[in-house]
Amino acid sequence: MYRILAKTTLTPVTTEYLIEAPEVAHQAKAGQFVVLRVHEQGERIPLTIADYDREAGTITVVAQEIGSSTLRLKSLEVGDSLASFTGPLGRPTEIEPDGTVILVGGGLGIAPIYPICRTLREAGNHVIAIIGARSGDLLFWEDKMRDVTDELIVVTDDGSYARKALVTEPLKELLDSGRKIDRVWGIGPAIMMKFVALTTKSYGVDTLVSLNSIMVDGTGMCGACRVAVGGRTFFACVDGPEFDGHQVDWDLLLSRQRFYVQEEQRALELYQQSLQQAEPEETSRS
Amino acid sequence: MTNRKPNQIPRQPMPAQPAEERRENFDEVAQGYTLEMAVSEAMRCLQCRNPRCIEGCPVQVRIPEFIQALRDNDMWEAVELLKDKNTLPAICGRVCPQESQCEAECIVGLRGEPVAIGRLERFVADWEQQEGVREPKPVTPREERVAVIGSGPASLTAAGDLAKMGYQVEILEALHEPGGVLVYGIPEFRLPKAVVAAEINYLEKLGVEIRLNVVIGKLYTLRELQEKYDAVFLGTGAGLPIMMNIPGENLNGVYSANELLTRVNLMKAFQFPEWDTPVRVGSKVAVVGAGNVAMDAARSSLRLGADEVHIVYRRSRKEVPARLEEVEHAEEEGIIFDFLTNPIEVLGNEEGVVSGLRCIRMELGEPDESGRQSPIPIKGSEFEMEMDTVIMALGTRPNPLVFSDAEGLERSRRGTVIADMDTGRTTLERVWAGGDIVTGSATVISAMGAGRVAASDIDAYLGGEEGQAWRIERATASA
Ligand SMILES: Cc1cc2nc3c(=O)[nH]c(=O)nc-3n(C[C@H](O)[C@H](O)[C@H](O)COP(=O)(O)OP(=O)(O)OC[C@H]3O[C@@H](n4cnc5c(N)ncnc54)[C@H](O)[C@@H]3O)c2cc1C
Ligand SMILES: Cc1cc2nc3c(=O)[nH]c(=O)nc-3n(C[C@H](O)[C@H](O)[C@H](O)COP(=O)(O)OP(=O)(O)OC[C@H]3O[C@@H](n4cnc5c(N)ncnc54)[C@H](O)[C@@H]3O)c2cc1C
Ligand code: SF4
Ligand code: FES
Repeated sequence: MYRILAKTTLTPVTTEYLIEAPEVAHQAKAGQFVVLRVHEQGERIPLTIADYDREAGTITVVAQEIGSSTLRLKSLEVGDSLASFTGPLGRPTEIEPDGTVILVGGGLGIAPIYPICRTLREAGNHVIAIIGARSGDLLFWEDKMRDVTDELIVVTDDGSYARKALVTEPLKELLDSGRKIDRVWGIGPAIMMKFVALTTKSYGVDTLVSLNSIMVDGTGMCGACRVAVGGRTFFACVDGPEFDGHQVDWDLLLSRQRFYVQEEQRALELYQQSLQQAEPEETSRS
Repeated sequence: MTNRKPNQIPRQPMPAQPAEERRENFDEVAQGYTLEMAVSEAMRCLQCRNPRCIEGCPVQVRIPEFIQALRDNDMWEAVELLKDKNTLPAICGRVCPQESQCEAECIVGLRGEPVAIGRLERFVADWEQQEGVREPKPVTPREERVAVIGSGPASLTAAGDLAKMGYQVEILEALHEPGGVLVYGIPEFRLPKAVVAAEINYLEKLGVEIRLNVVIGKLYTLRELQEKYDAVFLGTGAGLPIMMNIPGENLNGVYSANELLTRVNLMKAFQFPEWDTPVRVGSKVAVVGAGNVAMDAARSSLRLGADEVHIVYRRSRKEVPARLEEVEHAEEEGIIFDFLTNPIEVLGNEEGVVSGLRCIRMELGEPDESGRQSPIPIKGSEFEMEMDTVIMALGTRPNPLVFSDAEGLERSRRGTVIADMDTGRTTLERVWAGGDIVTGSATVISAMGAGRVAASDIDAYLGGEEGQAWRIERATASA
């Protein structure tokens, strides 16, 4: 079960996985996520459902390699199985018909906005997406995004590809242009979502963000994922992950995300050491 | 030994790891009786004609009979007698609050210490596990399929009983390990996971199919299961942690007891970094609450390396709801109890990490509806304690996730499912419920008992006229 059917390197730090999970695929909706364990001793990590195919019975996830679990995931080969795969979790994105919407995907955030764009468009919305990354080599899915949007704006922080800008710049231009924008989604690193929300605030445009707090079970039984929105505490895994970006306590989110940095660093070093020890064998094989 | 009158033999103490040693490890604290100790303890039983202990037991275990079999050294008979009423004796022998159940009623206890029924129960059950549980008797299979949601003691019992009756049983569990609170909540040092695994193993031998990573309410809804199966048992427990709603509760270093215990027990964070999941407790830890959950969180914190662990409780020692043995063990290990103390704010530093706990002293006032004296804050008695970690163990409620498509399933104001105590039937046709989801957080034995009641009613239903009518309905619907 939960076999990896395909694995594609998207950028030097992101990998796309096609996973056999017919039951999850059958129920999955845009905006939801899965929790998976790479191996028996692994932690439970949440990853957004970046795509699903009900007929083929597959789920696509895109992971950025930032620590031991995501690197270990990358070390799996096509045909290998995950230790566990649970979903779909979280509330699906609420889709309203016939509006004009902007979806901002920063860095890895491109993956989660993809199914939301597609669903919104199917519901009759005019879909504008802004995708951006630090540099051109970190950008992915541009063609795929073009298929599910009416307008696609591509930016990079350093100008190494497409327009040189932060994602908030074209966003502001669109808001200033006088076009009626019904809703904005911002998904990506917490800091980017914070600035998307700040940008739209003075325009009074509804803005949804997808909060990536640290999770354990993903079913509402531990509270590790607590976030504060509008002065109230919510469990992001069951009450979200999407929340009103204008009401989120960003400092709290950022601080809670950093609680385990020392342990994460230690796990990463140990994992890298274990790879070095295994290295000679690796090279002889290739 | 046998020359002494039963009530002159002293109660056999439980061999235990010394407090100094065990506060450094996660190995089981209570090590179990030897055969000699068990027989000697069994001799203390008076074999009453009207045994009161049985009335004290929520599932009416045939206590004097199994004790007699143990005395006669007829161990398999003891096992049979015990398991006739209690499907999970190795677990109950370890975690039941015997002092307020069977042992509270024991006649010997009137004049001295009661017979150590729980320890004997554990002894017999452990003997069976060591000996190798006997192969289940083959049963005539029945075609009806039953979905059992969750895999805590209520579900394990319902599943086991139904499988023994021949039903096709599937357990659907949200987490990646079966066992419910027995695996994610109660720590290894109190209930070794191997003991739980042996019970699960036995269920699989009975033909129960266990499907993990299936979250009902998300992957399937209750309504879908109701359509797909002939009967549904809902045993999803009370897993939603209650927080205090005081300022500072979202600071880094504030955990719900569920989070701390899940990291430690289910995810094996005490073996980090061999296991990937981290957990961090500082040198000074406050656990708010005084139930079993609080004791487990406090004693786990100690084992994770905390220097000083406080139990902060707003009532007094008398009202402590935890099992007596756990409180004693906690005290021996050096846990500090701050009674009549209630937190009002969690204090933090510039980095958003816990630095202390602001509390107020309490006094006991008039008795409330529960009959307990209600604690009242003493004005002006606020004070601060330096803390690195704060763990909230204030109780839990049913997790509402499972109710996402369950219209018609009646629930109480506290969020518990309303079910008939004698049958386990809910207000939804062919849906039964039992355990913490019905009672709110209670005990392993009461969950087990509820699972058993529901299994027997499911059998009565499917075997009776109602079942007949349902089968016709099902056949016409699919035709
Ligand atoms: C709802 C949700 C959806 C997500 N979707 C994606 C996705 O589609 N693609 C993707 O690459 N990442 C996604 N993430 C983040 C991803 O879960 C983390 O990057 C991953 O857990 C890191 O694990 P690691 O061991 O590789 O890194 P670590 O070294 O363990 O951690 C690096 C950082 O990741 C975060 N993190 C660590 N553990 C967890 C955890 N258990 N839960 C959440 N965050 C954690 C922390 O902020 C940490 O500082 C999502 C997170 C959430 C909550
Ligand atoms: C830390 C702790 C210590 C305790 N100590 C004691 C003790 O010493 N003695 C004692 O008698 N009692 C003790 N208890 C209480 C006792 O464990 C519970 O009363 C008992 O486990 C309840 O059993 P249950 O079968 O109703 O549910 P649980 O054991 O809670 O199991 C419910 C299961 O359902 C699963 N589930 C939940 N939602 C879903 C869903 N939507 N879909 C699928 N599966 C789902 C959960 O993951 C879980 O595995 C303790 C409880 C805790 C938390
Ligand atoms: S099941 Fe619990 S209450 Fe019943 S006899 Fe055993 S220890 Fe006592
Ligand atoms: S991750 Fe445990 S409650 Fe959300």
